[in-house]
Amino acid sequence: MKILVGIKRVVDYNVRIRVLPDGSGVDTDGVKMSVNPFDEIALEEALRIKEAGNAEEVIVISVGGDECQQQLRTGLAMGADRAIQVQTSEPLQPLSVARAFLKIVEREDPGLVILGKQAIDDDNSQTAQMLAALWDRPQATFASKLELNGSSASVTREVDAGLETIEVDLPAVISVDLRMNEPRFVKLPDIMKAKRKPLEVISLDDLDVTVDGQLGISQFTPPPQREKGIMVDDASQLLQELKNRGLL
Amino acid sequence: MSRILIIAEHDGATLNISTSKCVTCAQAIGGDIDILVMGQGIDAVAAEAAALDSVSRVLAVNAEHLAAPLAVNLAAEVVGLSADYTHLVGPSTTFGRDLMPRVAALCGVNQISDIMEVSSAESFKRPVYAGNAIVQAEPANGTKVVATVRTASWKAAGSGGSASIEQRGASGSAAAHTRYVGLSSEGGERPDLQSAPKVVSGGRALASEENFELIYKLADKLGAGVGASRAAVDAGYCPNDMQVGQTGKIISPDLYIAFGISGAIQHVTGIKDAGTIVAVNKDPEAPIFEIADIGLVGDLFNVIPEIESQLG
Ligand SMILES: Cc1cc2nc3c(=O)[nH]c(=O)nc-3n(C[C@H](O)[C@H](O)[C@H](O)COP(=O)(O)OP(=O)(O)OC[C@H]3O[C@@H](n4cnc5c(N)ncnc54)[C@H](O)[C@@H]3O)c2cc1C
Repeated sequence: MKILVGIKRVVDYNVRIRVLPDGSGVDTDGVKMSVNPFDEIALEEALRIKEAGNAEEVIVISVGGDECQQQLRTGLAMGADRAIQVQTSEPLQPLSVARAFLKIVEREDPGLVILGKQAIDDDNSQTAQMLAALWDRPQATFASKLELNGSSASVTREVDAGLETIEVDLPAVISVDLRMNEPRFVKLPDIMKAKRKPLEVISLDDLDVTVDGQLGISQFTPPPQREKGIMVDDASQLLQELKNRGLL
Repeated sequence: MSRILIIAEHDGATLNISTSKCVTCAQAIGGDIDILVMGQGIDAVAAEAAALDSVSRVLAVNAEHLAAPLAVNLAAEVVGLSADYTHLVGPSTTFGRDLMPRVAALCGVNQISDIMEVSSAESFKRPVYAGNAIVQAEPANGTKVVATVRTASWKAAGSGGSASIEQRGASGSAAAHTRYVGLSSEGGERPDLQSAPKVVSGGRALASEENFELIYKLADKLGAGVGASRAAVDAGYCPNDMQVGQTGKIISPDLYIAFGISGAIQHVTGIKDAGTIVAVNKDPEAPIFEIADIGLVGDLFNVIPEIESQLG
């Protein structure tokens, strides 16, 4: 079985975001870029499945400009066997990304597609569900545990009410949550090895993906700031303050 | 005029408050509002939905294969009804976030996630980058709006309405490839985190599951719900459904009290809409003090017992 893992290049989660004064976006100039943390977890899970002897090949895929090759190389250094870049200079939204993934899915015929549950830039949380819909296959979102049983998988999902378990037949699309695993660290020799692993570049046009229905996204603004608070010295002052505000 | 269909969230017995918040958002969009209730044995839930203010009709689809909230089965029903509507709206809870993108893809549109403000029937504000930027999102020309509503941004609708309830047959059938096994919930008797007016929350500083009892005890005394940071959940001090933040729950209680939480942006984005934020942390430089309305520098292991003894 092959496993396909999506990798998105995003502003690193430690960076304090600054909105550009003209409202056209956020400042990414000289800002550290990384693999979306959820995608690292997705890749880690795929690698563990392969290491347990339940998959032959792990393929990482990213849709974006050539700069995303950096993140694909990180994926290869973590242990993916090969990488595919679907090349486009346009920032694509989830539906178009799902359509591009579907084209690759049709070509590669994976048993599992594992994606992050959301990307920490757009916070959309859509791509996995959309791919599953277009592919007409099961979706198991927000997964914290994945157990393969031959041609099906038992998935534990983190939902608002607790932990839900569902069973899905393969092939299926999984979106992973934070507690699925802890991704491995990349070691220097692996980075060297990754340089020799295959990275295929396919243009979005060659895949014949329709890009339509993109939302208009404009007017980036910083969020409203909360007013500066006060400091109290001890528990009794705190309770007094809460009483004064009618909160106790 | 807009015709809005809200997809109801419920547990089979009662309507989730997220649905009522979707109604308030739909009122801001303006137009005709219908609610779709799918499940098995859902008469009581449908009646609750019909009582929400400014709802025209409740469509009740009662079928065995809709008893469990599997997105694949629910999406087929929503899409079957979608032709009559300009807007399909669900909550940004895990229920809605699982279901609505599947619906959007089948309708051939991108989804507008987490509506926090309605500018017009076709223009919405939503947060990106863990709430560190807000953008204006608009559907492509003439396309259907499929959206989730950021529940923390909206108040619950009143329930003085009396919409009609129409029974509809299911248009789809059970997808054989996906099977529901079950839900394990540690929820218990405490107020629901997402709707509790008061929330007491604990972070990594609690240092053990036993110590986290301090948080539960204080919460019970205050009649509050209980939240946690990711670090506390990851370390196993408390269950996952308590996580507050970018990748947990986004909440808006009147009062949020954080003990031993540093205030990482991923956490803070989950509490920005709280009325009053109280932070207790032994580090005066902790970033949580930048957003706290009331800060107290101190050791939580001293402060919590002091609060309790003074509450009597
Ligand atoms: C992709 C991604 C998503 C994330 N999503 C979330 C999310 O949804 N929610 C979330 O919370 N985090 C999330 N995080 C994690 C986040 O970045 C922080 O790591 C986390 O919030 C830290 O939790 P904490 O404040 O409990 O722990 P710490 O940052 O370790 O802070 C502990 C605090 O306790 C204080 N302290 C220690 N002892 C005491 C004492 N005795 N009395 C009083 N104070 C004390 C310390 O001064 C410190 O400020 C996410 C991270 C990533 C990368």
